[in-house]
Amino acid sequence: MTLLRRPDPYPLLWRLPLLLWQGAFFVIPLLFMAAMSFWLVRNYRMEPAFVFDNWARMLGRGAFWDAYWITLWRAALAGVIATLVAFPASLVLAFRLSEPARRFALLCLVVPFFTSFLVRAYAWQVILAESGPVNAALGGIGLGPYSMLNSGFGAMVGYLTLVLPLVVIFQTWSLAAIDKSLIEAAGNLGAAPARVLWSVILPAARTGLVLGALFAFIMTFGDFVSPFYLGGSKPPTLTILIIDTTKSGQQWPRAAVVALTMIATLFAVATAALKAAYGRRG
Amino acid sequence: MKALGLLGRVYLAALFVFIFAPIAASVVFSFNSDRFPTLPLGSFTTDWYARAFSRPEVWEAIGNSLAVAAVTAVLATFIGFATAYTDFRYGFRFKQAYLALALLPPTLPLVILGLAMLAWLSRIGLSGTLSGIVIAHVVLASPFAMAICRLRLSQMDPALEAAAWNLGSSPWGAMRHVILPFCAPALVSALCLTAAVSFDEFIVAWFVSGLNRTVPVMILEILQGNVDPQINAIGTVVFLTSMSLVIAAQFLIFRRRSNG
Repeated sequence: MTLLRRPDPYPLLWRLPLLLWQGAFFVIPLLFMAAMSFWLVRNYRMEPAFVFDNWARMLGRGAFWDAYWITLWRAALAGVIATLVAFPASLVLAFRLSEPARRFALLCLVVPFFTSFLVRAYAWQVILAESGPVNAALGGIGLGPYSMLNSGFGAMVGYLTLVLPLVVIFQTWSLAAIDKSLIEAAGNLGAAPARVLWSVILPAARTGLVLGALFAFIMTFGDFVSPFYLGGSKPPTLTILIIDTTKSGQQWPRAAVVALTMIATLFAVATAALKAAYGRRG
Repeated sequence: MKALGLLGRVYLAALFVFIFAPIAASVVFSFNSDRFPTLPLGSFTTDWYARAFSRPEVWEAIGNSLAVAAVTAVLATFIGFATAYTDFRYGFRFKQAYLALALLPPTLPLVILGLAMLAWLSRIGLSGTLSGIVIAHVVLASPFAMAICRLRLSQMDPALEAAAWNLGSSPWGAMRHVILPFCAPALVSALCLTAAVSFDEFIVAWFVSGLNRTVPVMILEILQGNVDPQINAIGTVVFLTSMSLVIAAQFLIFRRRSNG
């Protein structure tokens, strides 16, 4: 009987939509992009080939590596700054607010994630402008005006606006899951607050802290709006490089090289971070 | 921990001010008469709204955005639900890879997805069309639908479906009379959230859209030319639309969770 059992179509039908759609429109486009990085461009047209010209040309260019290091550096910096800035707020959310207040605050933090980052970046452009509200307020107490836009500072304001909500959510989620009696026990045994924080809270909240920093890194690494509209695209980041290379001169294969090095970098960072988040304690 | 009293709350409030300042500022500036707003603010005006919404291309973009968001929401919610149900009900080989495929797309930088989409869609003749934007947005949005539906299914007793089967219901009957009614709020919530994801996405849409611009793509193009407070007016309308969708989605999840 069981030898010739006809496969039941019911489970298969529920499994297929994802496989078909993400296969055809996520996996294949990425594979095609990888293949395209070995193609040739002649007279503004792509021709299938298997040559390493695009790789050699992009990776042999000093400007590419400048963009690579500035992107990597800013992403790492944003991960560290966001983690440090978010942590005190997450402590308050996890340990000082009532359950309904915490839930409401977290719901509010989800909202920016679904609102246009572009419009928010434009608002920062206006707020931080040389004649904008912040400089007007600072001028009122005799400071400035400061030039905040088109700089690393401007880009960082954008990055933090983008990533802080998610970092706070990750941190609060793992802090709130800590068994409160552990903290009380440490206090009763005479540990100073700093010691409780270092030896009890930080190790217990490791997963959320690392994941928050990882997502801050990923989002900053792939962001194009902050460096372009608030950072003045000088120096260009990898995302700006991809857009310039794609939009001008049809050099898609070279843009694909940049995209693939980004994917490789993200993969390496994510693997290391996940090991740090879930791996055994060293 | 005692040190986290008043000072901690002030710090938390300051962080929220930083996160929400650009949203609030954009709304305020949209009603402010100055072209380059500063302190003190200029006078109250609805002029920017009048100007922005008297442009036919704005209405065309709104129409495109709504159409793309509606189709994306339906397709992404269907795929998300099917995936969540598969994860809830079945174990199989390569399930880890299957779930990775289901959840990974939003972690890929949008610029990279935009390039890959542009290259692939031009290859199959769909770049520059609204269908192309829908295709890309479904890839991005279905993981959110999957997450919401999976959350709802995890609140269901798995024995319920088996009970329906034992009582003689076909798998499709159990789906229709047990699973779908139970998931209804999650499905509506997923429709709202995926529509919001599509309504705000501009990078992939910018790569593949060609002349069929959506609202955020139009904002992007205005921003590259002359900066104009009309952006605040359009942006405020976009904010209100997405926020209503997100708040409706959250309301639905929470209302049902408390009495489900």
